Amino acid sequence: MYDGKKIIPGLILFLGIVTYPIWHNTVSGKIDYVPKPKIPADKKECVEPKALIRVNHKDLLDDWKMSVVRSGIRTYQASNKKIYTMSLTRTCMNCHQDRKEFCDQCHNYMGVKNKCWDCHMYPKELKAEVK
Amino acid sequence: MELSRRGFLKIAGLTLLGLAAKPGWEVVSQIKPIEPSPAPNYFSGKKWGMVIDLKKCWEAKEEDIIESINACHRIHNVPSIQSIKEEIKWIWTIEYEKTFPEHIHDFNEEEYKGRSVIVFCNQCDDPPCTKYCPTRATWKREDGIVMMDFHRCIGCRYCMAGCPYGSRSFNWRDPRPFIKKVNLEFPTRTKGVVEKCNFCEERLSQGLLPACVEARKDKALIFGDLNDPHSEVRKAFHGRHVLQRQPELGTKPKVFYIV
Repeated sequence: MYDGKKIIPGLILFLGIVTYPIWHNTVSGKIDYVPKPKIPADKKECVEPKALIRVNHKDLLDDWKMSVVRSGIRTYQASNKKIYTMSLTRTCMNCHQDRKEFCDQCHNYMGVKNKCWDCHMYPKELKAEVK
Repeated sequence: MELSRRGFLKIAGLTLLGLAAKPGWEVVSQIKPIEPSPAPNYFSGKKWGMVIDLKKCWEAKEEDIIESINACHRIHNVPSIQSIKEEIKWIWTIEYEKTFPEHIHDFNEEEYKGRSVIVFCNQCDDPPCTKYCPTRATWKREDGIVMMDFHRCIGCRYCMAGCPYGSRSFNWRDPRPFIKKVNLEFPTRTKGVVEKCNFCEERLSQGLLPACVEARKDKALIFGDLNDPHSEVRKAFHGRHVLQRQPELGTKPKVFYIV
């Protein structure tokens, strides 16, 4: 091999840099980290079944937003025939009081950035502000 | 095998028919999808409007006027930013001669001059702002309320240029630090979004009157359905001189002033 002395260390260096996130997490013990969104202990059920909410919560919230703002419909009938007020602050955040312990857990893990909190408040944030 | 031209055509025809049988059956036998029941139209038949009794306003104490402004700004998390360029206002007062410039002439009654008139979004029946909005973040609802969808506003401020009454304000900075006490029931806004009076549509949906109307005990502000001839707003017109802000512009404001 021509220039083997340059190519092989170069390749090793390249692989080292590329795999940096993996071994960094291994060394720091974060390799098997899974986000743990905190679920309120006293609340038994969500608006829709967990599996559905997990995948479709963004569509549900988007539908709610459209419904409230555009067509003025403010109540939502869930698949179990229960009626909920379509409100992020009053319905969702009523159970999940702190977004840092719930929403952000997965969003940060997945690198998802959303702008909900630029405008919408949640009870815990308000309490902190008052103090 | 000898196959005549006629025989070939017969077989080909039958084969085609056979192939078409399944999809054909599917079309015929298909269960009709459930038609979504038509969403109840929450807005139809109504046309919200407001009448402002200037005489009562001028007789009232200064604090009453400030209170109705504060009631609105408190409920809607309107920040109080002092600089004129950056201030946000949903409801405020201006002088009589600036509210109704077309009524001003040399022999105007002295008593009107300099009197403050309460103003806010006129909820025009032919709103110019909605026509300029490139993202449909603002539109006129069927019940006449000119709505804002803060989610969709890109902050281009065309609507502000289009509004002849200056009813819209732009958030030049994050408004949160300028809100004394945040009302959880209503979202705050973010930097780069236009906002204005929404005729308290969130309160109307709960069967409540707009905040500014509720704050006035003397009924100087009257709110109701303009389509209903027996409503309080329509009754307020009787025998009074009714003004609109700059009606010559053809925006058809739904906020009326009686003197």
